Amino acid sequence: MKTLTRRTILKTTAAAGALPIIGSSAFAADPLKVAFVYLGPIGDHGWTYAHEQGRQDVIKKFGDKVQTTIVENVSEGPDSERVIRRLAEEGNKLIFTTSFGYMNPTLKVAKRFKDVKFEHATGYQRAPNMSTYNARFYEGRAVCGTIAGHMSKTGVAGYIASFPIPEVVMGINAFTLAARKVNPDFKTKVLWVSSWYDPAKEADAAKALIDQGSDVIAQHTDSPAALQTCEQRGLMAFGQAWDMSNFAPKAHLTAIVNRWGPYYEARIQQLLDGKWEAGDTWWGLKEGVLEMSPYNEVIPADVQAAAEATRTGIIDGSLNPFTGPIKDNTGKERLASGALGDGDLHKMDWYVEGVQS
Amino acid sequence: MTDSLLIPIIMTIVGAATPILLAALGELVVEKSGVLNLGLEGMMLIGAVTGFAVTATTGYAPLGVIAAMIAAAASAGLFGFLTLTLTANQVATGLALTIFGIGLSALAGENYVGQTVDVFGSVFPAALSEHPVLRVIFGYSPLVYVSLLLVAAVSWFLRKTRGGLILRAVGESDLSAHSIGYSVIGVRYMAVLFGGAMAGIAGCFYSLVLTPMWAEQLTAGRGWIALALVVFAGWRPMRLLLGAYLFGAVMTLELHAKAAGFSLVAPEFLAAMPYLATIAVLAIISARKAGKSLAPACLGKPFKPSS
Repeated sequence: MKTLTRRTILKTTAAAGALPIIGSSAFAADPLKVAFVYLGPIGDHGWTYAHEQGRQDVIKKFGDKVQTTIVENVSEGPDSERVIRRLAEEGNKLIFTTSFGYMNPTLKVAKRFKDVKFEHATGYQRAPNMSTYNARFYEGRAVCGTIAGHMSKTGVAGYIASFPIPEVVMGINAFTLAARKVNPDFKTKVLWVSSWYDPAKEADAAKALIDQGSDVIAQHTDSPAALQTCEQRGLMAFGQAWDMSNFAPKAHLTAIVNRWGPYYEARIQQLLDGKWEAGDTWWGLKEGVLEMSPYNEVIPADVQAAAEATRTGIIDGSLNPFTGPIKDNTGKERLASGALGDGDLHKMDWYVEGVQS
Repeated sequence: MTDSLLIPIIMTIVGAATPILLAALGELVVEKSGVLNLGLEGMMLIGAVTGFAVTATTGYAPLGVIAAMIAAAASAGLFGFLTLTLTANQVATGLALTIFGIGLSALAGENYVGQTVDVFGSVFPAALSEHPVLRVIFGYSPLVYVSLLLVAAVSWFLRKTRGGLILRAVGESDLSAHSIGYSVIGVRYMAVLFGGAMAGIAGCFYSLVLTPMWAEQLTAGRGWIALALVVFAGWRPMRLLLGAYLFGAVMTLELHAKAAGFSLVAPEFLAAMPYLATIAVLAIISARKAGKSLAPACLGKPFKPSS
């Protein structure tokens, strides 16, 4: 099932940089029109690529019962509102907006188009016709942290981060908590690159972190550039959103793979059955929207077993990555016992002990 | 900060500075001839994908660089045809070239996503290029040295040669140059093609040196920084060199500072710095007396000798 027509819409806007490219496909008799708004190019081999794989699953499952439209390279903020509104005007009945920064624009458009359903990824604003969905990426990051705690010789990880939103902060914390469970002195150095996708800057950030003693790099940005840097320097790194091992066969320890397909299929099916309801979905390893890519063979068997124990523990519920006691990086105790709830995670704006940001 | 840190920091700055220097140097020559080509980003991407594809296929990086120069120059030729021969609006055509380059490079690169090539290695013996201290001089890709030679060459060409004089004449007063018998359009075509070839090398620097891979929009907006740099440098090659390294330092120093555990200013502020600096320079330029403007007088104006 291929995109049949692809037109580039050149809008007269002074906004220099990437303008969205709208690809649409036309099929027979009244298919359900579903649209996806993407942050990056589908070729980013990361976040957007993973959403695109989810869309491909949808096409495979529903065939000509749905007609999907994608808009790539939509910058976050006001510009995205124009794109989302346009998609609603074009008759799309279900619109997935796949990045945090689309939250307010999506809400605005949702209020105007009551008969269109909206699904916003990773946000917290909802409406009667606007759901939110997210994956518990931090579960995967806990698995990565377990591996990093075992594998790092310097006991210092570098973490390339995009923007200090709860989503990213909880990932840093889950990673660090898991690593410190293995090595109580473990440290995570965080660098903010103020971008989700900037290969050259991500590579520079990796180099800076390595020069300061990090021997394993984790990232919450979308390009494989940092992995490549680690491959060149003979160090270790984790992939983001998709298996990136072909960029760094030796350095790539594992990756958190996002599989949005199950969620997209479920929601479209609900809409087709007239059972769609607004809500908040936060699935994780258990529901299969998150997977770990195959462990690199450089990871010793006992470390792989430890990683697997973390993974299966999370799946069967016996292990929560945010179990107390947790101290923050100023030494204040944040949680004496028990585990942090979803509400705490959604508001997380502090770092656990061992994080240097 | 210890020596062992200083050297990697300098090396990252050079890495960040070189591609914007190359692209801006080409654009400088284009603008000196009176043409404004806003399509740098697009040409860089076309160069990046061509350089990567040819290197991945042939395994020989210099061939990739040459192919990238040809491909990017060809896209610049298209821009030249539209703006010089057909006298289309240069700003609109340049923006269209960027969008075209983003799309074309994504399409052409589809099969190369996920492939890797060997890094464009050093020309110096390993004893020099991997020496813990001397690598700060010898440890770069050949393209870095090429970029420095090109700055000197362009500077010499513009100031000391007859050809440079003609190019500047065309950019400052196209009608005068035309009336004494120079081919304004011909000179501008040459400049535009040169600008394209330079953008092609700049693009390659990303796909073959800094991050040896192909991914869509690999250059992530550096073309716009290069455009700003030309203005920042006041259309002078040597200032361009300084400016490029300054921009490179601004883009990477914060990362090193934060990794070392201290923060100078917010990273968002530094990301905006090249543009803020350019606006400041523009303000200074325009505050000067009229007639002293550094910009070529005919910049962006189409040449129509018959009218």
